[in-house]
Amino acid sequence: MIRLNSTIKELSEKLQKKEVTPSEVLNTYITQTKKVNPKIKAFLNISEKEAKTEAAKAKVGKSKLSGIPVGIKDVILTRGIETTAASKMLSGYIPLENATVVERLKKAGAVIIGKNNCDAWAHGSSTENSDFEPTKNPWDITRVPGGSSGGSAAAVAAREVPYAIGTDTGGSIRQPAGFCGVVGLKPTYGLVSRYGLIAMASSLDCPGPITRTVYDSAIVLDVIAGADDKDSTSKAAVRKDYFKDIKKGVKGLKIGIPKEYFGEGLDPEVGKAVMVVADELRKAGAEIIDVSLPNTEYGIATYYVIQPAEVSSNLGRYDGIKYGHSARESKNLINHYFKSRSEGFGDEAKRRIMLGTFVLSAGYYDAYYEQAMKVRTLIKEDFEKAFTQCDVILAPTSPTTAFKFGEHTKDPLSMYLEDAYTVNMNLAGVPAISIPCGFSEKNLPIGMQLVGPHFAEDMLFRAGHAYEEITKDADWRKKEPRIS
Amino acid sequence: MSKIDKEKVKEVAYLARLELTEKEVEKFQGELSDILGYVETIQKVDTKDVEPTAQVTGLTDVWRVDKKSPSNLSRDEILANTPEKQDGYIKVKPVLE
Repeated sequence: MIRLNSTIKELSEKLQKKEVTPSEVLNTYITQTKKVNPKIKAFLNISEKEAKTEAAKAKVGKSKLSGIPVGIKDVILTRGIETTAASKMLSGYIPLENATVVERLKKAGAVIIGKNNCDAWAHGSSTENSDFEPTKNPWDITRVPGGSSGGSAAAVAAREVPYAIGTDTGGSIRQPAGFCGVVGLKPTYGLVSRYGLIAMASSLDCPGPITRTVYDSAIVLDVIAGADDKDSTSKAAVRKDYFKDIKKGVKGLKIGIPKEYFGEGLDPEVGKAVMVVADELRKAGAEIIDVSLPNTEYGIATYYVIQPAEVSSNLGRYDGIKYGHSARESKNLINHYFKSRSEGFGDEAKRRIMLGTFVLSAGYYDAYYEQAMKVRTLIKEDFEKAFTQCDVILAPTSPTTAFKFGEHTKDPLSMYLEDAYTVNMNLAGVPAISIPCGFSEKNLPIGMQLVGPHFAEDMLFRAGHAYEEITKDADWRKKEPRIS
Repeated sequence: MSKIDKEKVKEVAYLARLELTEKEVEKFQGELSDILGYVETIQKVDTKDVEPTAQVTGLTDVWRVDKKSPSNLSRDEILANTPEKQDGYIKVKPVLE
């Protein structure tokens, strides 16, 4: 008997005790996925055949992930399994190799169930930019699951998989994790290899796990973290023992509350829930102090220069010739570029490509791009200063709970502002984990995030796990989404 | 005031190899103006003597040995995703007419 909301830890123990087999585990989750996916649309494709083969040969005990199913965001390459970045441009694209993250998971015995929906090219905060179809929030299907890793978060929340892998460039793991009531980790930049990601913004992209618990997040990070010859920016990676201190509790930890994350625009219900967390951690022995990240207000503006600049460069490779969408009737080479790109890219990709091309163009570079890179330095220094005063920062993941479909689609800028509390960690490269901390009156999950200095994921796991232990008997933890 | 006029939208689209309809030009002009109007707030920040950051974990040049290694992919596999090909080559549209 396998409970659908089992953690990786529980499933791994059951497998090792031979109470269940990997094939039984897979069947349980495939059945659930087939049942709820038509409603939730968390998966773009289900690779059942490949998954069955993998499950049949999985060596239990090889790692804690061995024989356990996983969903992979569709911006991450999986050999032999269609990978589209949820874009029409890459419809039908079959990768020739695995991303390093996938390679490491497979080596550990993970069983890939399929590819998770997302905003096309990971551009968005709601999955409404998927070129195929939006994912629905399992807690309320009239609302978005967040994005861009909305399919990954919704798949875990809808119990289609015990965990999933997403990518976070400006909040794309944490915000959907918060909206869907699951745990989402954006690791330190460079800790997890970017090799084999369909690149969005290369100085910001971070692959990471979406799980049910903080402990599970540590289990997955332990497998995927570490330097990789195929990603030069992973050379600085500092791997730690993520389990040594995880049960140590918060006694003696200094937790900083940045006032800039509790101001205008924050839904009072969300703010209150996060302050309750602070109070609970204080009662458990943590010291709660005020800290300041003064350049927070410039985060979105800085991000919306640097990120589109990198996007415009990374999406330059789609020429309709080597792979990807190719226009049918084009007169000559340049006409073929124009036609293939205009047909293959959706509106949001076009918006970002043009924005990026503009800020990098002659006459505008200094005022936009160069200035944004300097403000990025100040944002990074804000965190460095704050971490001389505290071990971990506590803040809301998003200003609101999950919003309705269509609420922000008419005004792209209003959608961008949804990431106000998440982009700064990407600009600074610091790790952050979003953890559920209750529900709103409308029964929507609320997420809080813990932020640490570079490569201090062990500290985030320690504080996060302590919070889960403190609240393990809370009534709201017993809630499950009703998907009818 | 618009941060970007229609001519500039067309110019940027040309540089990015995107073909836009007149309706799209109008739509993007409005949206890009709003976004640029917002991002301009960074110009208020005093960044005198501040160094730009491009890489957050302090890496500078990362070297690797310049050594070739064999690919285990066949020519057919490498070309499997290519839309137009002929005799094991990628087929390209004429550059000159």
